[in-house]
Amino acid sequence: VFYRENPAVSVGNVGQLAVDLIVSTLNMCRVGYLHTDCLIPMAGNNPYATSAENANDLSTSAEVYSSPDLKLAVLQIRSPIIQKKSKKFRKLLVSWMKTSGFSRTVVLSSSHAYQRDDQQLLGTPLRYLLTPSMQKETGDHLKEMDWKEMETVSAFPGVSDSEQRLCIPGGGVTKGLFTASCAEDIPLAIVLIFCSEGDNIPDAFTLLNHLNTWLHLVETPIQTQPKWRIPASWRLLFGSGLPPALF
Amino acid sequence: MATFFGEVLSVYSRAVEEDDDELDDENEEDEQIRREIEEKREVYIEWYPDVTQSVSSGNCTLQCSDLIIAVGPNASGFLSAYVLNTESWDAVGHVSLWNEKSRCTSRQPPLPGEPACRFYRHRDNPSVLMCQSTCYVAEDQLFQWADKVFGSLLNRGLNVMVLSDSPVAEYKTPDNLYGSAVPFLRSLKSSAFKDQALCPALEQPNILTGLPAAVLSHCQVHRIPAVLYQCYTDVIGPDTVTMETYKPALTSLSKLVKLEPCPSADALRRFAKVSEAQSNLYT
Repeated sequence: VFYRENPAVSVGNVGQLAVDLIVSTLNMCRVGYLHTDCLIPMAGNNPYATSAENANDLSTSAEVYSSPDLKLAVLQIRSPIIQKKSKKFRKLLVSWMKTSGFSRTVVLSSSHAYQRDDQQLLGTPLRYLLTPSMQKETGDHLKEMDWKEMETVSAFPGVSDSEQRLCIPGGGVTKGLFTASCAEDIPLAIVLIFCSEGDNIPDAFTLLNHLNTWLHLVETPIQTQPKWRIPASWRLLFGSGLPPALF
Repeated sequence: MATFFGEVLSVYSRAVEEDDDELDDENEEDEQIRREIEEKREVYIEWYPDVTQSVSSGNCTLQCSDLIIAVGPNASGFLSAYVLNTESWDAVGHVSLWNEKSRCTSRQPPLPGEPACRFYRHRDNPSVLMCQSTCYVAEDQLFQWADKVFGSLLNRGLNVMVLSDSPVAEYKTPDNLYGSAVPFLRSLKSSAFKDQALCPALEQPNILTGLPAAVLSHCQVHRIPAVLYQCYTDVIGPDTVTMETYKPALTSLSKLVKLEPCPSADALRRFAKVSEAQSNLYT
């Protein structure tokens, strides 16, 4: 019985960076594609290439990787969801989760740091959310690990007795996926980090190290951080080399 | 977000658009408007009467062994100058679509010179199809384009070649390209393509987007052998030097159809736009 992880396309692309690290470090094999009109098409050579032999495997906008030993499946989404198709995409993911029968699903995501309230500015930037069926299974364990649940916000800020609602600004389909999974009784967890656009590599590492304390994807001795392998595709994230004539 | 100078900037994310929850608050009227917009943006393949007649009734599916697609003015210009210059090609169809930049909605064949997606078939070898795409296909239409074009073809035994233009500014390399040989070719191929490509592979972290990406993704998922040659150039618009960069593809193309010997410089110039300043303060 497998469990599954996927990123939401969200602020800083942190979820996707984290998934890249998982696939690259655990040497996961591609086992399928998510071929849908909901994503902007993209293609490129193997982002996790380790040698000349595997460098030229074509990669598309959404692919599924698997590690049978860890009973882990991972969905990587590499391009933005087309505007107005997010509802359709959520339905596609929910239906896939149900038919595949994953024992649990974890969504890695992020949210705009600048929309935190005064309380959220203090302490850890990491949050989690669990659907009811996941709450039964894992809720106590995460509380023991001192994880912080995502706070709800007032529908009308400043009005003390107004309705509380869940808000994940910059989270893309995260909130929709969570609400749909609650409604369909799917065991799903969201793990997210507050961050801003920029060099989000450190955020990806923070999110992944945090996730690892729960899922133990990579075994690490106590008091050390896990070692993740950075994939080849992370080169030149901020553009090409500089022309020498500039100086 | 406030900046050092006190003004407030709206912050955006490169990954997500805001207002992703809009769709959940739709009422019937919103839904109807959304459906009408979707219908307006639908992609149609218009096959001409002589083609539809030669295929059995029902779905128009063409027998096709080789499909060559050119995306962009230089790739299309290359095909026009080196391949479509003989009298052996018939126009067999075009794509009709509407978006903010392309109004190719007519069921009639587009006029020469008009941006469009046109299909041609070789008279002596009717299983060889060529497509020149010079119009803009929007992000939400790309998947449909590939799906409908390949849906019109019998995929058994199909091989695909894509030629595509790209600005060299989008090419990422650790060594700066100043003084290097530009324009140049890079290739990508689907897993089912077992031959050698005719130029070096596109190195990570470079990626394809747009129509070439939609075509190659479709071929990868449906296990169709496909190879793509992307030409990185520093010239905007059709240019003879850029068009000539695609010449290595002629070795594969000459195995499919008889090609004319190299076109003259004059013939090439016909397909290249010469940009002349209409008026100049200094002359």
